[in-house]
Amino acid sequence: MNTLAVTSPRRRRVDSLARWALLAGVVLALAPLALVLLYVLKRGVGALSLSFFTTDPTGAFFGDQGGIKSAILGTIEIVALATAIAVPIGVTLAVYLNEIGRKSKLAMTVRYFVDVLTGVPSILFGLFIYIVFVVGGMLTGFAAWKGSAALALLMLPIVTRTSEVSLALVPDSLREAALALGAPRWRVILRVVLPTALPGLLTGGLLAVARASGETAPLLFTVLGAQATTFSLGAQMNSLPLQIFNDVREPNPQLVTRAWGAALTLIVMILLINLAARLAARRNHLR
Amino acid sequence: MVEVINVPHTVSGARLKSRRALQADVILRWSLRVTALSMLAVLGYFFVRLAITAEPALSHFGILGFIFTNNWDVAHNIFGAWPLVVGTLITSIVALVLGVPVAIAAALYVTEFAPSRLRSTLALLLDLLAAVPSVVYGLWGVFILIPDLKPAEQWFSNTFSFLPFVGGQVSGPNYFIAGLILAIMIIPIVSAVSREVLATVPLQEKEGALALGATRWEMIRLAVLPRSRAGITSAAMLGLGRAIGETIAVTLVIGSSPVIGHQIFNQGYTLAAVIANEFGEATPGSLHISALIAAGLVLLVLTLVVNGIARGIIIRSDRRRGSIADKAVA
Repeated sequence: MNTLAVTSPRRRRVDSLARWALLAGVVLALAPLALVLLYVLKRGVGALSLSFFTTDPTGAFFGDQGGIKSAILGTIEIVALATAIAVPIGVTLAVYLNEIGRKSKLAMTVRYFVDVLTGVPSILFGLFIYIVFVVGGMLTGFAAWKGSAALALLMLPIVTRTSEVSLALVPDSLREAALALGAPRWRVILRVVLPTALPGLLTGGLLAVARASGETAPLLFTVLGAQATTFSLGAQMNSLPLQIFNDVREPNPQLVTRAWGAALTLIVMILLINLAARLAARRNHLR
Repeated sequence: MVEVINVPHTVSGARLKSRRALQADVILRWSLRVTALSMLAVLGYFFVRLAITAEPALSHFGILGFIFTNNWDVAHNIFGAWPLVVGTLITSIVALVLGVPVAIAAALYVTEFAPSRLRSTLALLLDLLAAVPSVVYGLWGVFILIPDLKPAEQWFSNTFSFLPFVGGQVSGPNYFIAGLILAIMIIPIVSAVSREVLATVPLQEKEGALALGATRWEMIRLAVLPRSRAGITSAAMLGLGRAIGETIAVTLVIGSSPVIGHQIFNQGYTLAAVIANEFGEATPGSLHISALIAAGLVLLVLTLVVNGIARGIIIRSDRRRGSIADKAVA
């Protein structure tokens, strides 16, 4: 189509060379994804069995090492609490930014620091919670809820950002119509704006959950880890990323196999959450 | 962006709304403002507490002494973070050199060359690279990448020993492997931001170039790239910020040696990795803990500066044309 004027052979060669070079970029970028998934499947599938999912790690020096039940449940508990903290606060902040604050000085400052938070390495959230809750003050010691707090700090900017974008997508005509009918602002937000933006809010929340589920660094000095299943958020807890991180560094091949199995489980969980996020987004034609 | 017409409650609407409803609105406004303020307060507290806890180590060695002393010796309670800073810089630069060209090429292909049916699938797959947890990349690095790449690294090291920072015995875990894994980990963000930037190039300019007889590649070179240079630079900076702060994968493949390696295939350490590794062993309240938190503070400042530069570039180019700043943050 761009050969209306005669393109010299040299220019055409350069063009196709560039096309292939850029395609090579795509292939190079996606090759690691394929390789990681391939190896995790290959090495992880062998570890899977019913007992893998139904027994806790034994921590024994010899013999049976047990499964990852406590790690799966721990991840779910820790991330669920983190979500329960981060999503309401994040959405509230987004409502403030989009509905009330807009271009005010406070809103711009909050936006700026939300941006700053997105760039903070996750291990620093763990350090902060360690300083404030693990060694400082009255609440000393490691506990699952402290890991959740660190993850919540990590999720907060993601939730706030994505929520603000999806609130901004709600047409102003809807707000104006509700206001013109005499609805007070809080009712407009609760009954009109938030329900309209719900799929977008859901997508943002799920993406944040997916991100938090795979994080190890914020849990290292807050949750610390454990072997047995526990449902007490005040106790040390196991989690999949922690389990993998610890098993990788052990010389026992059984533990390494368990790490691959746990990695497969974790990746499947995260991919499912990502898929759900994208389905929610599609319903809203957000992306 | 369209501004909402801010219906003043005192005019027309006011008569229709009850006093209680209006009071509720005031309460809503203020509680939202308080939430926003308390978020800022928590952040402020965050920085202050980190600084206070790092203070013993920083005042013991001096801020510059802490950063520039090439001696991290836990046994003798000497903490100079230079080997860690250098390790962080080496791995991040390797990641940039390997990752950014690939990410930009992928972004260009997806936006300019890919058939429109494939476009969203390719974009989705590139985004999924970011969904793989750091610890899984680490696991893969330790058991697959390190053993599989070692012969190639040794060959490279022997053959190209005349290059600076190359030559000599290759160790399993090393700067290069860590940089390679970081490159993989920054590809999704760099390519996602680049795609957003490339999408803002006006269609007329691209069509204009094509109409003048340019080939696709010439169109990219003449119309697309000059327009998006600033945005792509800041995409790379955001990637650099990620690379500097990435912890777990690097901890597993860097080799944990607090001595600066002589070549890129030597073991090393990074700021984030030293925290992840040594924090558990350090006694609470000790100089060691304080030094680790000071390392965290250096890490924080580094990432904030890098991300600040990225944001600055975007804002500056933003003033010249359309708004892309929002997209760069997601």
